[in-house]
Amino acid sequence: MENGQHAHIVKYKTFVVVLIVLLVFTFSSVGITQIDLGVYSVTAALIFAVLKSILVLMYFMHLKFDKKVYALMTAGIILLLMIVILVTFLDYLYR
Amino acid sequence: MTETMKQAPTPSFLEYQGRFKGIFAWIFSTDHKRIGLLYLYSMLVFFSIAATLGLMMKLELIAPGRTIMGAQTYNSFFTLHGITMIFLIVVPGLPAVFGNFFLPIMIGAKDVAFPKLNLFSWWIYIAGAFIALSSQFLGDGAPDTGWTFYAPYSFRTGTNMLPAVTGAFVLGFSSIVTGLNFIVTIHRLRAPGMKWMKMPLFPWALYGTAWIQVLATPIVGITLLMVVLERTLQIGFFDPSLGGDPILYQHLFWIYSHPAVYIMILPAMGVISEIIPTFARKTIFGYTAIVVSTLAIAFVGYFVWGHHMFTSGMSGVALYTFSILTFLVAIPSAIKIFNWVATLHKASIDLQTPFLWAFCFLFVFMIGGLSGMVLGALSANVHLHDTAFVVAHFHYIVFGGTGFAFFGALHYWFPKMFGRMYDKSWANIGLAIFFTGFNTLYLPMFYLGITGMPRRYYDYVERFHGPNIVSSMGAMLMITGLIIVITNLVRSARHGAKAEKDPWKGKTLEWTVDSPPSLENFEEIPIVTQDPYDYE
Repeated sequence: MENGQHAHIVKYKTFVVVLIVLLVFTFSSVGITQIDLGVYSVTAALIFAVLKSILVLMYFMHLKFDKKVYALMTAGIILLLMIVILVTFLDYLYR
Repeated sequence: MTETMKQAPTPSFLEYQGRFKGIFAWIFSTDHKRIGLLYLYSMLVFFSIAATLGLMMKLELIAPGRTIMGAQTYNSFFTLHGITMIFLIVVPGLPAVFGNFFLPIMIGAKDVAFPKLNLFSWWIYIAGAFIALSSQFLGDGAPDTGWTFYAPYSFRTGTNMLPAVTGAFVLGFSSIVTGLNFIVTIHRLRAPGMKWMKMPLFPWALYGTAWIQVLATPIVGITLLMVVLERTLQIGFFDPSLGGDPILYQHLFWIYSHPAVYIMILPAMGVISEIIPTFARKTIFGYTAIVVSTLAIAFVGYFVWGHHMFTSGMSGVALYTFSILTFLVAIPSAIKIFNWVATLHKASIDLQTPFLWAFCFLFVFMIGGLSGMVLGALSANVHLHDTAFVVAHFHYIVFGGTGFAFFGALHYWFPKMFGRMYDKSWANIGLAIFFTGFNTLYLPMFYLGITGMPRRYYDYVERFHGPNIVSSMGAMLMITGLIIVITNLVRSARHGAKAEKDPWKGKTLEWTVDSPPSLENFEEIPIVTQDPYDYE
């Protein structure tokens, strides 16, 4: 697993499937804007964005196949970002 | 005839002849030491420009009314002074110069993990610097927003904002690339036996800093890009007349720029953690506590940005939260101070120049830190925000903290970097004048701020005249000290006495290699068996 020697561990077919799923999510995130979801329209767009990010991280960036410590580091960074957003909203929600 | 007599001595990195000659042997070198020196020389040039601007601003303020410049020139001077000092000197400062030079050596490596990327980051730095500085000479006048580029003024002013903002945006990439390089280097290239808790404290500080560089810098990059788009396309991110929120700009800007303060100060703390045990001849007190406090500062430092915005109109809940968090971040900083002082307790202190710089650092950083506590308190902040008090506070932190540590590091590692000693008498005289000038310059500004003098004005009412005269005299004294310090070092780099391998009797790995080091630092990668500060 060291030094990137596992570079071709994933079959190309898997990448193609992930690519197709990503494209489906992209079109879905555009398509859903045609439905009036009111205040939840941003939430819907974010859900698709999160799903796409997870796929990219897991497959294209190899987190699924790498040591767990890298997944933990990535999760830590996402947690940090979430706390930053949460703290920012302490202003917007209570202003 | 012995083996060593037969072999030619390994040339130092300064003498090494690579593929290129002359200046090209420097600007195309991937050697981490040469890149560190490239940053040093570049910063010396930028620092001279920014310090001159600072001195001219103080000369303007020596008397009320117009003395040597008008309001618009003054505004553009403090903007360029801030942009240059922050983005070109203090943020990259210690990591780019001393991190590049010493991180690989201190962890027992031959270079950083990605040497070409390292050189690339210097090129980005130079490109960003030229773009930012071109704002002074191109278009419709020099930028006048201050280094914070606050909305909505930054997209309404008629001055030449785009190059300044774009330059800062480009410089961010240099910072990210350097941070990434350091993280990978520390994870992958530590010498055998150098477990995490055997690593010296300067690399630990660089590690904490590198995470901030990688994670926080993209936020300001995007924010500055949003300012460019706002200015060119009128999108409405921050412009209230287009439905935007100017306070959102302040949030986004400070989400990076407060952690950036820790990008500036954490490596400085790392330097002090190296200097103190060396000259105290003692194992550092509380190694683990210092490591944990470094990481704690790096983490908690992400959540205190709102204390720059206490008068912006944020919600009450946000105000209380940021105030509490601000007080929290003082705890790990104080842990370091107590540990350094405890290290000095009953030590046989060798009063060499680097130690004197570190000692002065403790003094000025304490003043900066404690005045930060005043500003962290909401009720006091309302009165002091945007006064000269804030200017004094951050100069005590940024210049007093990072600046003193930078010069301390330069005097500490100078024999290793250039293979020569400097004149200690002139070094100490320069420091004494600099230190006196520094305090004469900035202490009156606390008083001026408390009594109500606003910052960022070229003029003031008569009652502020006395302290301003003292402050301006201090600026001249400080610059005099600075000239002595720099002249002494520049002269000594060529004419100083030859330095030994370990002139300070240090224990970390850089003192085991030649002065100056060879191209690959070590003949053989060392095997680490001892703690980094094993003086017992």
